[in-house]
Amino acid sequence: MLLQYIPILVLSVIALGFAAAVLILTHVISPKVKDPVKLTVYESGLPPQMEARLRYPIRFFVVAMMFILFDVEVIFIYPWAVVYQQFLAYGSFIFWEMLLFIAVLFAGYLYLYKRGAFKWE
Amino acid sequence: MLQLTLFYIFAVLAVLGGIMVVVHRNPIYSALSLILTLFALAGEYILLMAHFIAIVHIAVYAGAIMVLFLFVIMLLNIRIEERAPGALRYMVYIGVPMAAILFLQLGYLAFKGFQEVYVKNTDVGTVERIGQALFSKYVLPFEITSILLVVAMVGAVYLSKRKLEIVE
Amino acid sequence: MPIAIGTTDLISILPIAIVSLFGVYLLLQSVFAPRMNRILIPYLGILGVGLAVVGNFFLIGMEGTAFEGMVRVDRLTVVLNFLFLITAALSLLITISYHEGEHVEFLEFTPLVLFSTAGMMVMGSAESLMTIFLGLETMSIALYVMAGFRRTNRHSLEAALKYFLLGAFATGFLLYGMALTYGMVGSTNLTQIAQYFTQNALDVPLVALMGLALIIIGFGFKVALVPFHMWTPDVYQGSPLPVTAYMAVGAKAAGFAAILRVISLSAFSIAFQWSEILWVLAVLTMTVGNVVALVQDNIKRMLAYSSIAHAGYILVGVVASNDQTVPSVVFYLIVYLFMNLGAFAVATMVAGQNERRVNIQYYRGLGYTQPLLALAMAVFMFSLAGFPPTAGFIGKFYIFSAALQSGYVWLVILGVINSLISVYYYLNVVVAMYMQQPVDEKKIAPVLPGVGVVILVAVLGIVYLGIFPGTMLSVLR
Repeated sequence: MLLQYIPILVLSVIALGFAAAVLILTHVISPKVKDPVKLTVYESGLPPQMEARLRYPIRFFVVAMMFILFDVEVIFIYPWAVVYQQFLAYGSFIFWEMLLFIAVLFAGYLYLYKRGAFKWE
Repeated sequence: MLQLTLFYIFAVLAVLGGIMVVVHRNPIYSALSLILTLFALAGEYILLMAHFIAIVHIAVYAGAIMVLFLFVIMLLNIRIEERAPGALRYMVYIGVPMAAILFLQLGYLAFKGFQEVYVKNTDVGTVERIGQALFSKYVLPFEITSILLVVAMVGAVYLSKRKLEIVE
Repeated sequence: MPIAIGTTDLISILPIAIVSLFGVYLLLQSVFAPRMNRILIPYLGILGVGLAVVGNFFLIGMEGTAFEGMVRVDRLTVVLNFLFLITAALSLLITISYHEGEHVEFLEFTPLVLFSTAGMMVMGSAESLMTIFLGLETMSIALYVMAGFRRTNRHSLEAALKYFLLGAFATGFLLYGMALTYGMVGSTNLTQIAQYFTQNALDVPLVALMGLALIIIGFGFKVALVPFHMWTPDVYQGSPLPVTAYMAVGAKAAGFAAILRVISLSAFSIAFQWSEILWVLAVLTMTVGNVVALVQDNIKRMLAYSSIAHAGYILVGVVASNDQTVPSVVFYLIVYLFMNLGAFAVATMVAGQNERRVNIQYYRGLGYTQPLLALAMAVFMFSLAGFPPTAGFIGKFYIFSAALQSGYVWLVILGVINSLISVYYYLNVVVAMYMQQPVDEKKIAPVLPGVGVVILVAVLGIVYLGIFPGTMLSVLR
């Protein structure tokens, strides 16, 4: 039963292995110069004025929230797509129920658009 | 047997990730450790044949929600967690015993109550079964969810947008 | 396999569907309509609520479940639908007047009220833990946003954040409880849960009891029972007044609707297991609410603690757990609707622009400067305190007699003592209005038509239900 997951295992091993290999390789073959001048922060040749880490503007946060909301919406479409053919034998109800769902969310999308949620102010 | 081995591997990974979330001082590392826990839990769900929950765990939790977590951490610009001032520091002496009591209670309940409960339908969590249930019996909750999502959209924009206007 | 959805199914959710679709329509209207037409949105919202009220008439006389046991239509459903719809309509009327004094654009407000009302109606007609949870979330998330509606005001945002964080925490408890219950029963259907508890009444598994206890915590938060009431004063104070009014009445009624459906009706056969816990909660809630209300000088905080105390009185009816529970609790919720919305409507008028005048000292001398407004406020205060000719008295009377019928003598005695304590702070407002000199010469704005209608409806409701409670009670039985 678990045999069907072997491709996923192979994929994960290759992905992890590649990432690890690249990291180790750069560590091994990169030239290493331990010079205090080289280790200082480089910023257009001037000494750094402040910390490099700034507060993120809130607009990123708004985008992330929009992403979650539409991600949740898309999650519902997976099982719908899987059972669509099966249910179609019993009439077009399966089509209309998803259409209503999407229509309501599309109204939400139009609202977001007009309210400037996607505008990079 | 293989299943049991995998269960323990994923369980250990999940607990390990959870511990790292709590003990790391740097919130970014905590958030990244949480991803490990979520992936391990997705593995457990697959072992339980709950494919849909596994997908949701990776796509929504490890994907979208973790991005949001990281944004919030960067938004607040916390580098290293600071120690709580004053009286709050002593909360740990109340909080840890309370958590221990809750843990023991729930553990006892789970041990006593679910000992004889076994899974009757093994394929109840597959995407297909979820789809069949969601679009027939649970069609009304499904449609209510769309309203719920719209409400969340309105809330997200209204409360977090700096300047509200109507785009022409 | 696919289910057949017939006309009965669709009619049973008719009010919910009308309100939700109107909400979606108004959301689009609010961003697409030209600036001038935006003023009309609250009126269109009231129109939508009115259509839903018409739709609700089709539900009268129906009995049974729809959508494969997701919703139940019975007399309780119909009455609760009317209750939520009237609350929404009156809150929108208050908003219209509030809007004119504030410089905030209330564009999203009407759609949110409609969505929230739809959530409440879903809770009231729920037949499954699934629908209860979704209804609760739809209602709550809309309320979190509405609490922060004055988004430039620090207190309003604080209210939204507090409500959201604690609400999310309570949702966690509720969901955990539902999961444990589902784990034991094997179904989310309330009828099947009731069957399970009846079959195992003598030896209920610990897990199921734990689930029920966590569900009580979740609902207890929504209706502000004491140990779970911490959020109430701050949220009520920080939210804009129409939102506070809507939240105080609607969320409480919806929470009690869920308590009636899940704890009172489905777990009826194991009432001996939970009634003692709720007994303690009821006493605590009444006492803390009333005692703390004594020292409040802000009308919003005072009404917040008063609403906690009223949750305690209503819980007395739930503890009674006999055939009087549902009629007495629902009757009290209807009475509570009128007296609380009325009091908040008056408070909106007195508070004026930016809600500057929310202290009770601003009520001094109102009896002379605004005699009608003061008279209405006096009626609401007397009703909240439970004086005889008003509906508040009848409501308390039925709640307490239901408890007496089940033999809870001490609970009733404590309830009556609490009512006596509450007289002090309610009459404090009346005394200020009629026996003290105005604190400043600034005149209160004339009563605007929207709020005027609300106050009139509330006064008529209180007087009518106080003098002729028989009709309503016979409907509820």
